Amino acid sequence: MKPTNIKDPEYFHKVVDCQYACPAHTPVPEYIRLIAAGDYTSAYMINWDSNVFPGVLGRTCDRPCEPACRRGRVDEEPVAICRLKRVAADNKNDVKHLMPQGPFKQNGKKIALIGAGPASLTVARDLAPLGYELHLFDEQKKGGGFMRSQIPSFRLPETVLDEEVNYILDLGIHTHFNKYVESMKDVLSKDYDAVFVGTGAPRGRDLPDLPGRKEGAANIHLGINWLGSVAFEHTHKIGKKVIVLGGGNTAMDCCRTARRLGGTHVKVVVRSPFAEMKASPWEKEDAAHEDIPIIDNHVPKSFVVENGKLTGMTFEKVTAVYENGKRKLVPVGGPDVFFEADDVLIAVGQENSFPWIERDLGIEFDKWEMPTVNEKTFVSTNPKVFFGGDSAWGPKNVITAVAHGHQAAVSINNLCQGIDLNKRLDPMVNLVSQKMGIHEWSYDSEVTPDLRYKVRQADKKLTLSNRKKEVELGFNHLEGFKEAERCLNCDVQTVFTETKCIECDACMDVCPTACITFAENKEEEVDLRASLKMPANNKTQDIYVSDVLPTKRVMIKDENVCLHCGLCAERCPTAAWDMQKFFYNVTKTHTGCQKH
Amino acid sequence: MSYVRPTFRHPELPKNKLGYTIDYYEGSLSTLCAGCGHDSISAAIIQGCYEMNIEPHRLAKLSGIGCSSKTPAYFLSNSHGFNSVHGRMPSVATGANMANRDLIYFGVSGDGDTASIGMGQFVHVIRRNLNMVYVVMNNGCYGLTKGQDSATADEGSKNKTGHVNLFESIDLASLAIELGATFVAQSFSGDKAQLVPLVKAAMKHPGFAFINVISPCVTFNNNVGSTKSYDYVREHIEATATMDFVPQMQEISVDYGKGSHKHVKMHDGSIIELHKLSEDWDPLDRQSAMNAVLNAKAKNEILTGLLYVDPDSHDLHHLLQTNDKPLNSLGKADLCPGSEALKEINAGLR
Repeated sequence: MKPTNIKDPEYFHKVVDCQYACPAHTPVPEYIRLIAAGDYTSAYMINWDSNVFPGVLGRTCDRPCEPACRRGRVDEEPVAICRLKRVAADNKNDVKHLMPQGPFKQNGKKIALIGAGPASLTVARDLAPLGYELHLFDEQKKGGGFMRSQIPSFRLPETVLDEEVNYILDLGIHTHFNKYVESMKDVLSKDYDAVFVGTGAPRGRDLPDLPGRKEGAANIHLGINWLGSVAFEHTHKIGKKVIVLGGGNTAMDCCRTARRLGGTHVKVVVRSPFAEMKASPWEKEDAAHEDIPIIDNHVPKSFVVENGKLTGMTFEKVTAVYENGKRKLVPVGGPDVFFEADDVLIAVGQENSFPWIERDLGIEFDKWEMPTVNEKTFVSTNPKVFFGGDSAWGPKNVITAVAHGHQAAVSINNLCQGIDLNKRLDPMVNLVSQKMGIHEWSYDSEVTPDLRYKVRQADKKLTLSNRKKEVELGFNHLEGFKEAERCLNCDVQTVFTETKCIECDACMDVCPTACITFAENKEEEVDLRASLKMPANNKTQDIYVSDVLPTKRVMIKDENVCLHCGLCAERCPTAAWDMQKFFYNVTKTHTGCQKH
Repeated sequence: MSYVRPTFRHPELPKNKLGYTIDYYEGSLSTLCAGCGHDSISAAIIQGCYEMNIEPHRLAKLSGIGCSSKTPAYFLSNSHGFNSVHGRMPSVATGANMANRDLIYFGVSGDGDTASIGMGQFVHVIRRNLNMVYVVMNNGCYGLTKGQDSATADEGSKNKTGHVNLFESIDLASLAIELGATFVAQSFSGDKAQLVPLVKAAMKHPGFAFINVISPCVTFNNNVGSTKSYDYVREHIEATATMDFVPQMQEISVDYGKGSHKHVKMHDGSIIELHKLSEDWDPLDRQSAMNAVLNAKAKNEILTGLLYVDPDSHDLHHLLQTNDKPLNSLGKADLCPGSEALKEINAGLR
C-alpha cells in the first residue's frame, strides 16, 4: 500500500468518529474536554458555532455521533455525547457577549428565508454578521419550526428553545411571523437577492384508504398536526385509550404526549419488528418507562366505528421475511387482532409539500414532487433559490438541517458576492503537539474504565401529570465530569514520523489494543489488513501506513480501536510518535482556510 | 500522566487453549527507558507463554539486580516471582527447583548480573544443568548506574561519552557452549520472529536453556560506534536458521527446500524446526556450534538463532536421583517412613 497522506485533513477527520459522523461536524472531543475542565461557556460556544442549537440538540438530537463513538467498540456503550452537550448548555455563563455583536454594517443584499426552522435560522445566523438584510417568514407565531411544534415540552422546555432562537433573531433578523407564504412567485417578484426555502416536511402521512377512516375521523388525528396543536395549546386532552400507529420518533412523542393528556391506556402499534423500528432506542426505552407497550408486527386493517364513534382498530399479525436483503411482511394467519381505542394518532411518516411554489419559476421538481437540489451547494435549478433541511430531501433531523443551513449560507454569500458556488474555502484545520514532558500531555490521556453514566429522570408521577415538566434532569457537574472523562480524545492524533523511528518495537509492545504492527508492506490493502498483529477486520476504519523504514518494513496502525492513550508516544525513545491535537472546523461563511 | 495501562484490550483477541487472552500474561507497565530492548524481550516472553498455553501459576520468574532484573515485574503478573540478590539468582533458582521440580523456572539476568558479579554462579548453574530458562538481556553496559562499559562490551566499542572500551569482551554464548550447557541460543530484542520460538523451545528443554539476547540500551549505548546499538546489530546480524517451535501433537505443515531442513525432536515429543541458513553447522554437535560462533565473530557478525541443543539432556534432578515429586506434595508417610525403615537403613550401615 502507498503511505497514508496525513496532510489530507479528511484522514484525521475520519479518525474522530463522532465528529465525522455528525452532519455538522461538531468538534466533539474538544468541547467534551472543556466540560471536564468546567469551562461550560467555552464548550457551549464551540457547539454554538457548529450546531447553533446546543441546548436543543443536547436534549433532542438523533445523535449520529454516538453509534459512531470509538468507545462503543471497546466498551459496552459509547460516551453520552448528546447529554454532555446539555451539561454545557445548562451550566454556561452569559454567552451573549461572545456572539457576533450587531448592529452590523449592511452590505445592501436582501435575503428571504421561508420557514423559521433550524435550517433557515442557521442561514440567518451565518449571514447576519456579514451585513445581509434577512427576512424570515413563518406561519406560526414564534420561530423554531418543528423544534417547537413537534418536540414536546417534556423533552424540550420552551425556555431553552426560546433562548437559542432569540440569540439568532437578536442579530437583527426581520421576522414575519403568523405569515404563511402562499406564493413563491410573489416572493421572487420582490427585490430579494436570494431565497432560502426551509419549510421542512410538513405533511403527515395518512392512511386514507383504511376502512372506517372517514367515519371515525373525529377521533383520528395526524401525529404531527396533533403535536403542533398541543404545543400551541389548542388541544388539551385525549381519550383514555389511545392507539399510536407508527414506529418512528414522532410516534414516541405522540404516545408520551397522550399519556400526559389523559391517556391511561396508550399503546404503540407498529408494522415492523421491534428491532427495526425507526425510533431511536432511547426513545423506545423512555416510552416503555412510561408504561406504553409497543406492539410490533401488526399491520393496521381497519378503524372500527360503532354508532358513529370510534371504538378501536383491527390489525393483521405478520412476520418479517427477508429475501435478497429486502424485507417482506408476511401474514402469519389466524384471526385479526382488535384493540380498543378512544383516539388514534397516525404517525407513519411525513412528507414534503410545496403547494405554494408555482411550477413555472425555473424550480424543477421530480416525479415525487421533490425539488432538484445540488447536494453540495443546495441551490435549486433556479440560481436564486436554495433549499435546505427537510425541505430539500425529506425528513431527517435538526442537526442535518443545521448542516444544510451552513452550506446554503456559504452558497448564498458566494452568489451575492459574485463568486462561483463551487469555489468554497477549505475547512479550517490545525494540528498541534500535546507534549509537555516525559509523561505529560496537555490532555488527560488516562483512559477511565467507567461505564456510561445514566441520566437521572424526574419522578414519573410529576412528569406524567404535567406536560411541560421536563423528564430528564440532565447530568450534574460531577456526573458530567465523569462522563466527559470517558471520552477517548480521538482528536488527539497519533502522528508517526518514519525518519525518526529506530524500530525498537516499543510502541508495538506497549499498545494495549494491539493497533500497531511493523511488517513488510503488501500490494493490496486487504492482504496488509490480514497480516497485522491483530487483523484489521473493521473495514470502515482506515489503516495508517508509513513510508518504508530502514529494515524495509513499514509501520501499520489500525485506527479501529486506538484508545489515544498516548502510550506509543510515551514509550517512543525518539518522538517518532507524537500526540497531536487535530482541530477541524467545517467551512462556514465565517470560517475556512484560503488555499495558497 | 499515564503510568497506568488502560484496561481495554482489542475486542477480538483470540484465546489460547486454556481460554486466556494474551493480556492475562501481561505485567505492569514498564518503567524502563522508552525504547529499551528489554521491553521487547518481555513482550516475547508474554507471547511465548501465551502461545505455549502456560498456566501462569505453574511458572516462577527469578531475577537478580539491574535493569534486566526489573523486567519480571513487566510480564506474567499472575506467576510466582523472586527478585534476588545481585548475581545470586542461580542459587535461588536452584533451591526453588530442588524443592519444587514441577514449576517452569524462568530466570532473567543482565550482562552485569551474569558476566561480572554473577559469573561464579552462572558457570556453576550451567555445570549442574539445572532445569531452567536463563535469559540474559545483554546491552553491554551498566544502564542502571549510567552506562559504564560492562564485561560484555566489545573491545573497541564506543560508549555514549566517546570512551572506547579497552578490554576483550566475555562472549556468554560461547562460554555456555564451552561449559557444557545443553541448550544455547542467541538472539536480538528487535527480532521477535526468532525470539518467540526460542523462548518456547527453551521452556520445553529439560535442562539449562540459555538465551543471550542482544538488547540495546537506548539511553546509554545506542550511539554510533557502539556494537550493541540497534543499527549496528541490524547491520551485523546473521542467523543460523529461521526456526519454529512445534509443540507436541501438532502436525508439521511447513515444507522447506531439500538439504537445508532440520528437525530437532525434544524430549517430550515437541519439535524444533530449523530452516538452516548457516552452512557447516549442526545444532546437535557442540564442536560445530562452537566453530559457527567463532567464525561469525571473526567476520564481525553476530550469529543468532539456536546454536546448540542436546535433546537428550539430563537435568540436575536426574543426576542427583531426587524424588520425582515436589517436596510440598510429600505427605507424612513419605517423609517419615517409620522405625522399620530406620532399622533397615541402620542395618545397611553396619
